[in-house]
Amino acid sequence: MNVQNQMKMEFLSRSANEALARSAVSQLAAQLDPTLEELGDIKTSVSEAVTNAVVHAYPDKLGMVHLRARLLEGGVLEVTVRDKGVGIEDVDQARAPLYTTGGEERSGMGFTIMESFMDKLAVRSVPGRGTTVVMRKRVMPRLLR
Amino acid sequence: MRVTWELRGSRLFLYLSGELDHHAAHQALVEVGAALDEHMPMHCVLDLSGLTFMDSSGIAVVLGTYRRLKSYGGELSLTRAPNHAAKVLTMAGVDKIVPIASVARP
Repeated sequence: MNVQNQMKMEFLSRSANEALARSAVSQLAAQLDPTLEELGDIKTSVSEAVTNAVVHAYPDKLGMVHLRARLLEGGVLEVTVRDKGVGIEDVDQARAPLYTTGGEERSGMGFTIMESFMDKLAVRSVPGRGTTVVMRKRVMPRLLR
Repeated sequence: MRVTWELRGSRLFLYLSGELDHHAAHQALVEVGAALDEHMPMHCVLDLSGLTFMDSSGIAVVLGTYRRLKSYGGELSLTRAPNHAAKVLTMAGVDKIVPIASVARP
């Protein structure tokens, strides 16, 4: 698939960077002329993926979170969030609605939101090596709306 | 993220504004909890109209507020949720527990 545009950033797993990440992706996605609802879906999904890395990847220390966003042919946005943290033992369990190990400030709905707000979600994780989340969403061209 | 409140009769109105994400959620829960502890209202209205962003952290904040009120018999309702916040809350089924009164923006 042809890449029309691309950005990469990396940042420490500090919660203040959740807003930085979703803003950056939102700015790139804006080039596809999305509706407010589509943009909201994208920002929320990026926030969920980055928050997972911030909360779970590096317990008791800070580590790097890698973010890549690409605009692909046909108005498709692809977002990849990668960490080199502790990984997830059971990805299916982590993806189940309401499952959380994050305490009362978390709802366990992060992966469910990503699945529902984006068109595709892939999660790869190796315990001790890290986790990669790839999401894709096609932004409808204005003429077809 | 800002939390402000206003007491109207026996109702406590809590106004959340700004971006409600994981970074802001802890402080929001602390401030909401402090307002509830101070007034112990029988009815609390969470006004979300000032939110410019909300992810699943908002679900935890709403449910945390609900549980706190319920612990002493108080009731919670939600009002003026922006479309996107309402979408996140509805997807999680929060509207089945806490009524969402109206939507702020079309």
